[in-house]
Order: sequence, then structure tokens, then C-alpha cells
Amino acid sequence: MTAAARAVRAISSADAAKPVVEVRNLGKRYGSQVEALRDINLDFPAGQLTSLLGPSGCGKTTLLKIIAGLLPATNGEVFVNGQKVTGPGPERAFVFQDFALLPWATVVRNAAFGLELRGVPVAEREKTARHYIDQVGLSGFENRYPHELSGGMRQRVGLARALAVNADVLLLDEPFSAVDEQNRRKFQEDLLKLRQVENKTLIFVTHSIEEAVYLSDRIVLLSPRPGRVSEVIEPRISRDRSPDQIRRDSAYLDTVETIWRGLRDYAD
Amino acid sequence: MTIAGYRIPPMFSLIFWAIVWEIVGRLGLVFLFPPLSHVVMELGQVLGSGQFLGAALLTLKCFFIGIGIAIAVGVPLGYLMGRSDTADKLLGIWVNLFVSAPLSALVPVIMILFGMGEATIIVTVVLFAVWIIALDTRAGVRDVSPSLLAMAQSFGATRWQTTTKIIFFAALPEILAGIRLGVIRGVKGVVIGQLLVSILGLGELFELYSRNFLMEEFWALTLIVFGFALGAAELIAILERKIDFYAGVRHG
Ligand SMILES: Nc1ncnc2c1ncn2[C@@H]1O[C@H](COP(=O)(O)OP(=O)(O)O)[C@@H](O)[C@H]1O
Ligand SMILES: [Mg+2]
Repeated sequence: MTAAARAVRAISSADAAKPVVEVRNLGKRYGSQVEALRDINLDFPAGQLTSLLGPSGCGKTTLLKIIAGLLPATNGEVFVNGQKVTGPGPERAFVFQDFALLPWATVVRNAAFGLELRGVPVAEREKTARHYIDQVGLSGFENRYPHELSGGMRQRVGLARALAVNADVLLLDEPFSAVDEQNRRKFQEDLLKLRQVENKTLIFVTHSIEEAVYLSDRIVLLSPRPGRVSEVIEPRISRDRSPDQIRRDSAYLDTVETIWRGLRDYAD
Repeated sequence: MTIAGYRIPPMFSLIFWAIVWEIVGRLGLVFLFPPLSHVVMELGQVLGSGQFLGAALLTLKCFFIGIGIAIAVGVPLGYLMGRSDTADKLLGIWVNLFVSAPLSALVPVIMILFGMGEATIIVTVVLFAVWIIALDTRAGVRDVSPSLLAMAQSFGATRWQTTTKIIFFAALPEILAGIRLGVIRGVKGVVIGQLLVSILGLGELFELYSRNFLMEEFWALTLIVFGFALGAAELIAILERKIDFYAGVRHG
């Protein structure tokens, strides 16, 4: 990339960079013993996919749940669209590591469940749900139950449910960790495609370096407990090529290597 | 069950004891036990009698009202204990005490409080059935996947929505198991209640048969009561199996 091109990119990203989510001096303790997070300051720019990457137990889920309003912070605050977070809100939707589907409900009802809780009439919410079921590649499975689906398909339902409520911010907690390797790759590619259709801000928790580099505009590296921001990396990989080409791209490989070296100090 | 490699059908032990009963009866050793075949022949006689019909209707009425109250009280009680640690601490000790206490001993007290009528029998049914329903409901409510609750919360569910759309369905297998056990205990309650009151319904009949040494009728009536208890429990077990398809994958 030339210096001029880099400058242009910097400007345009500064333009788009009005942060949707701001985290200020955030700290979290569980009881008096466990300090999960310490002094986190982060901005999440609109329309970008930011990964939270770090060893397990470093507080990724905790941070994501505080942003979601599912957990109270001990210190500091979170702003979404300039509003202080005091609980969950319609501008944020969560995708759960273990899918969190209703086992007694069909795919359609699960995908429409966020809208059902908001009192959207049944015909309307199922129409929306069917649209997103199609978007995540599950059409034909509308009337199946979760236990009839593979892990990957279940998480697609979880994603459709989060998309259906039309939130600005999607919070994804290791969405692919319970999905087998083949399906995970396919799912990652589909997620990249979906991003081009749906203009969302995504905050994505993962402990896989490759996954983070492959998907993210920005990667936030967290240190082990108490979790702090140790580095923010912007991979700058152009995504207009095939997945295989991206995975062989030197920028991709270099970034993976850099992060790996950074994290190796923490490995036990 | 297998013996020496042969599969023994599940009905085997029932048949075995039926044969033992028949032999003991035919030997005429104990006059309390007439042969089973005589008892079975007496079944039709007892079932057809007007006395039985009246007693059965009264019994069923008290039983269903009692079970209805036990469910209406037990499920919310269990829900409360499942959701609130304070309620659990306050009530848990009593519920656990009553679930294993010899409740028959309390029936005379109930009789003093509620008189020698149907009310006493209904209260006895409630007392026998309600605790196990509460305990099983509590277990089901405690066992609801935290991530389902977080999911509901993240989509802005109200307390009422969380209860009716998530917790109730997630706990349904345990609630039904509790009701099934409650029904079995309720049958015990309705019989013991009537035996102790003994001027009403089946109690009056049992009293009549045993006082006049009508052992065939007495055992026939006992078989009917057993049959009813097992039949009612089986009906609920069928319902349980119907919803079982998701019980195994509830946390999936
Ligand atoms: N409810 C809780 N009570 C006490 N400690 C907790 C609780 N939840 C998480 N922790 C601790 O906080 C730390 C961060 O947890 P978590 O955010 O789940 O990490 P990650 O998602 O990065 O694996 C871990 O050490 C974990 O044991
Ligand atoms: Mg986690």
C-alpha cells in the first residue's frame, strides 16, 4: 500500500470511525477475590468487526456481557450511541457460545424469538425470521427443532435471531467454538459475506488467532487476568479475494505470526 | 431382567406373586387371603354395586379437587423456591420435612380442624401430594440453563415473559415428574383419609367389608384402588414421554 493510499484509508476509517460503542475505564471484580478486568478503554467504530482475542479466562466473555448490559461493571462505564449502558437494549443483540436456543421451539420460532419478546405480531415476525433464516443459509429447515440440527446449523439460528431484531451492534461470544472445523470455515466465510449486506458493528470474541485475523478489521489483544488491553492490531487484509487466497496472503500470515509471538509470552 | 441368559418378561414378577397368592389362598391357611381367582371374580360384583359407585364418585371428586389444589399451590411454591434463595431458605426446611414425614399421623389433626367430611379428605390429598410437586418444580426451575435466561434478558424479556416462555417450559419435565409422584401420593392420601374418617366413601366400604370379614370384596376393592393409582400415574407418564423429545437436549 502506498503512503497516499494509506492516508486515504486512514481518513475514510476516521470518517466511519464515529465509535458506536465506547468503553471507559472499565473494571470488573467477581466478589473480592477475582479481578476479571482492569481499566479497559476501547472504542468500537461503526460498521467494523472488532475481535477480542486472548487466552481463556482473561475476561473476554465478561467484557462482552458488560457491553451487552447483562452484567454490571464494577468501575467505569460503557456508552452505546452516546447513551450510557444500564442494561440490555434493542440496539444490541447477543449471539451465545452455546447457542441458547429453545429446545422446544422450531427454527422459525427461535429465529423470531427476539421479536416475539418485543410483541411483534406473529405473521410479521415470522416473515422477518424466514428472511434471515434464508440469509444464514438455513431455508428448508424452518420447521425443524434444534436437536435435529448440527452445531453449525444451530449457531446459524442464533445468528438469524440476532439479525432479526435489527440491532446496530452484534455481540458474538465465541460463536464458532462449538462448531466443527469444516463448518467453522464455511460459517466464517458466510459471516464475511453477510457483513457486506448487513451494515452492522460486530464485536467478536474468540481465542483463535487465525479466526480473528481472517475476520477482523481490528483485533484487541487482552492480557491474562486481570484482563487489560495489551495491543490493538488492524490486519489490513483486503477481503475481495477467495478465502484460500486470503489464508495464503502474506499480510494474513504475518499478522498471525505477530500476534502469536505477542501471546506466546502468556502461554503456559 | 435375565436369568441364566433367558429374558424374563417384565410382567413375570407380577405373575409369580399372583400364583403365590392363588396357592396360599387355595391352601386356606390364612383366612385373610382368599384365592386370587375368587377376588378377581368378585371385582365385577364390587364394581357393579351402587355402594361402590357412590363411594367411587366421592373418592374421585375429593381426589381431583385435592390434586388440583396441590398443583395450584405446589408449582408456584416450587417456582418461588427455585428462583429466590431467601424463599428457599425459609420454606425449604418445611417442604423437605413434610415430603418425608409420616403424614398419616397428621390426619387426626386435620379431622379436628376440618371435621368428619369431604374437606378432611381433600386436605389429606393436598397434604400428601403438594410437597413432592413443590420439590420437583424447584429442581426443574433451578436447572434452567443460565444461558437461556441470559438470552431472554438480552432480548429485553419481562419477568413474566421469562417465567411463561422460558422457565415454565424448561422445567416442564420435572414439573410433570413431580405431578406424577404427587398423584401416586394423592391416591394414598385419599385412601388413608377415608379410612381414618371411615364414615365416607371407600373408607365406609372398606370398613364394612373388613368388619363383616368379606375378604374377597375387601381385596377386590384394594385391587381397584391400586389399579386406579397406577393408571393415573401411567397417564401422566405418557404425557411426560410426549415432551421427552426435548428433555435429553434441554441444555443443547
Ligand atoms: N460468575 C463468576 N463468578 C466468579 N468468577 C467468575 C465468574 N464468571 C467468570 N469468572 C472468572 O473471571 C475470569 C474471566 O472469565 P471470562 O470472562 O469467562 O473469561 P473468558 O471468556 O476470556 O474465557 C475467569 O477467571 C473466570 O473464572
Ligand atoms: Mg468466554
